[in-house]
Amino acid sequence: MSGVGSTEPAGVSGVGSTEESAAAVTISGLEKTFAKGGTTALVDIELELRPGEFVSLIGPSGCGKSTLLRIIGDLVEPTRGTVHVGGKTAHQARLDRDYGMVFQEAVLYDWRTVAKNITLPLELAGWSRARRVERTKEMVDLVELSGFESHHPWQLSGGMQMRVAIARALSFDPKLLLMDEPFGALDEMTRERLNLELLRIWEASRSTVVFVTHSITEAVFLSTRVVVMSPRPGRIAAVVDVDLPQPRTADTREEPRFFELATELRELLRGRTAEGVH
Amino acid sequence: MQAEVLVEPSLRAPEGRAWPRDLLKRVGLTLVVLGALWAFWEGYRALWMATGWTRPFVVDNLTMPPAADIVSRLWEPLAVGQPPLIRDLLDKSAFTMREALAGFILGALIGFAIGVVLHHSRLLRRGFLPYVVASQTVPILAIAPMVVIWLGGKGLPVWMPVAVIAAYLTFFPVTINTIRGLDAAEPRALELMRSYAASSWDVLWKVKFPASLPYVFAALKISATASVVGAIIGELPSSIQDGLGGAILNFNQYYSLDPAALWATNLVAAALGIAFFGAVVLAERLVVRAAPENVA
Repeated sequence: MSGVGSTEPAGVSGVGSTEESAAAVTISGLEKTFAKGGTTALVDIELELRPGEFVSLIGPSGCGKSTLLRIIGDLVEPTRGTVHVGGKTAHQARLDRDYGMVFQEAVLYDWRTVAKNITLPLELAGWSRARRVERTKEMVDLVELSGFESHHPWQLSGGMQMRVAIARALSFDPKLLLMDEPFGALDEMTRERLNLELLRIWEASRSTVVFVTHSITEAVFLSTRVVVMSPRPGRIAAVVDVDLPQPRTADTREEPRFFELATELRELLRGRTAEGVH
Repeated sequence: MQAEVLVEPSLRAPEGRAWPRDLLKRVGLTLVVLGALWAFWEGYRALWMATGWTRPFVVDNLTMPPAADIVSRLWEPLAVGQPPLIRDLLDKSAFTMREALAGFILGALIGFAIGVVLHHSRLLRRGFLPYVVASQTVPILAIAPMVVIWLGGKGLPVWMPVAVIAAYLTFFPVTINTIRGLDAAEPRALELMRSYAASSWDVLWKVKFPASLPYVFAALKISATASVVGAIIGELPSSIQDGLGGAILNFNQYYSLDPAALWATNLVAAALGIAFFGAVVLAERLVVRAAPENVA
């Protein structure tokens, strides 16, 4: 079933325990059926992410990529199968605050200023005020929003709101950053700029990223690996290694290899969709 | 800062309005409205008296005293040798205001607490909400004497039972809107809190409660005026003479001799209600700063 694309990582099963605890995320035998209507959203999901990887989930709408992300983040329960994050169950990882989540909408708390939004997870984790203030300043600098700390979300543009959301997600140094089409609602220009910024932030934070998108070029540009998914029921159609050199720059988008990879992904997506129609 | 993070000018200074001009406009508008009401009252009187229309009621100086008489009545003494009526009514307003304020605070707190509890348990909501609703269909005039009997003569201040009656009218809108408001938090906002492994207390206090504030304040505005009504009505069965309720009852009995006094008292009671309402609007502006478009 899987492995149509380039190399797959080392097999999931039969790996020593040291290897397994070294994996950032291990998903095995995962299946999700929604009780309502009995729709099968995901079947046969096997996936292993290495620490520090930037992995995109791409596929047509309805392929279950957002559901998969939510299962990894323990926001949705799988019907079958297991998810381990850094050797822990997804549930334990959530309780240990290993996840930073970013949704398509920035989901900022309107009654809180930029700084207070970023500091919220730290408040919940019980950080001292002094550490919170220091950390919030770092994060504001990281996403280049200094000067806007005391602004309210409704005073910011869409791109700036998203940067606050990213800063908030990274503020407590989560092991895993889960992003669900974070730039989907933004215009092309803002999206490309934020892509570059996200890569810079990722380099700086060295966290593992799972990134859901429906943009082929975005997936190629950002990722170290792309997981191609096919719909009804959602399954992994292929995993493609993106061997573009790091760090990526604006010029990366103009390299021949970038187009090759984009074309490969496009064909994988088209092939699978066509098969689904038959 | 780079050009890319520039904020639209229209977004930069949402509070940058000219205060003196704004205030002047408001005062002007108030005067215009008051003038229009005055003109309507006098116009109605003049028209009905000139034509001799008797529907819906006969208009004369007894049924509708001239507006000028009502206002000037405030500066005439209650009886010969006494201070002007307004002095007496202001004292009584202060008394009623204490009852209403105590009732408002009590009712708002109880109403909010009931709302929080019912929000968290669908079972309790199903079981209790009908009775919460039913409580408001029982006329306050039927409840008031019982409250006075239950709480009276226990060494409590005489205005305490009245405050409880005011609270009875206050809590209901707050409960209903608290239930609604706590549900108003965005599902994504709650999902995010879940991803932070936030406790239910944190979710309530840091997300649901702030998200509910526009709803809670809408209820508090209704409750503010209801608490004044509750306090005035609550004074009647307890035979309290120190408040506006006592004054209204008293002037009611002497209406045929001195109709302007009752109307003047009603004006003062209305002013008290408006003051309560205004205080809530002011509090809302201070508290719900994040979304100015939500403030009335």
